[in-house]
Amino acid sequence: MKKITDWQYICMLILNNLDLIMQIKEIAKTLDATIVVGDEATLSTEVKYGFATDLLSDLLKIDKNKTLLITGLATIQTIRAAMVMDVGAILLVRGKKALPEMIELARQNQMVLMEYKGSMFKACGILYQAGISPVY
Amino acid sequence: MEITVKKLAEHLQLKCISGCDGLQKVVRGVYVSDLLSDVVGHAEEAQLWITLHTHPNIVAVATLKNLSAIIISGGRIPESETIEASEKQQIPILLSSQTTFQLSGQIYRLLYADNEENRIS
Amino acid sequence: METFEFTIKGGDFKSIGYVSNTIKKIMHARNINPRDSRRIAVAIFEVETNIILYATQGTISVLFDNDKITVLARDEGMGIADVALAMREGYTTASDDIRRLGFGAGLGLSNIKKNSDITWISSIVNKGTQIVLIFFLTLVL
Repeated sequence: MKKITDWQYICMLILNNLDLIMQIKEIAKTLDATIVVGDEATLSTEVKYGFATDLLSDLLKIDKNKTLLITGLATIQTIRAAMVMDVGAILLVRGKKALPEMIELARQNQMVLMEYKGSMFKACGILYQAGISPVY
Repeated sequence: MEITVKKLAEHLQLKCISGCDGLQKVVRGVYVSDLLSDVVGHAEEAQLWITLHTHPNIVAVATLKNLSAIIISGGRIPESETIEASEKQQIPILLSSQTTFQLSGQIYRLLYADNEENRIS
Repeated sequence: METFEFTIKGGDFKSIGYVSNTIKKIMHARNINPRDSRRIAVAIFEVETNIILYATQGTISVLFDNDKITVLARDEGMGIADVALAMREGYTTASDDIRRLGFGAGLGLSNIKKNSDITWISSIVNKGTQIVLIFFLTLVL
């Protein structure tokens, strides 16, 4: 984990207020996540917000674009709920694997699907430190 | 030095609404999940649990796994049965208006930031 | 007025979200305001989820007018004993199986109400439920 000095921390706070944007490929690199669905174009998509939940009804309440969904619910319903919410990028945590039908649907709809071996806590922790904002 | 639920709650300005006699419990890590079966299967003893659930089953799960406390995120309010159960089991329930994502991010920084001043342990 | 109808099988978990996403694509093709499109898709998602999780079968009809979209849903199944109670956030009758699928947070009906302009729900226990939702569209000039 990178060491953060005081002034870097202050800069990060400022950046948070300036709405830091990361490309999905940077997120994958930061977490060392596996990209299961994604190409050069979709991996260059910007992400501003992170939203972590295992409950789809909770996802249905967000109102921001450029959001990364962080979830341990590796089901096709997750992909559909993400589509309804225009969430184009999903990070599966806890070492969960994407099912073939999920991969197919994500690919058909030009989404990005990534797998992360670590916990939801760690994914949120790392991305929050990196400057990704909460949806509210 | 060990971190207690109380210390974390103070740093994060979280309100304890029930089971507050258990605030002196030591925290050994954090588990973030809204799937009860996942928490039952993978959470570890003395962890702090962050979830959006408000029903009494969360206390049952926390008791079963010997978790230190539960933080309910997103400004949600627990049901009265949940509050009763938490009092009975002395498992603190803390409330946060923040999203699970932000709450996790802040706790992560408090516990694991390399910068000594940001860390509370 | 154009109508799209869908038949839904109870227990067909893999289809959750199919109707809402299909309607979403239709709305997109008709240049419906993205705000409206999202809230309508969310409401339909919750409606179809409820039918699949709690009913034996159901239908959803979506009627497109120039200034509004109407959603009619009816199902056969366990019904809702107390609609007002069921509308409360956090209230759920979900089983463990349903929770394992990531549902059952008790947010479905309240999400439906929040997103629609007119919400009408009628239900008879052990018979079924009928829902009428009206969404007034903000026309893009």
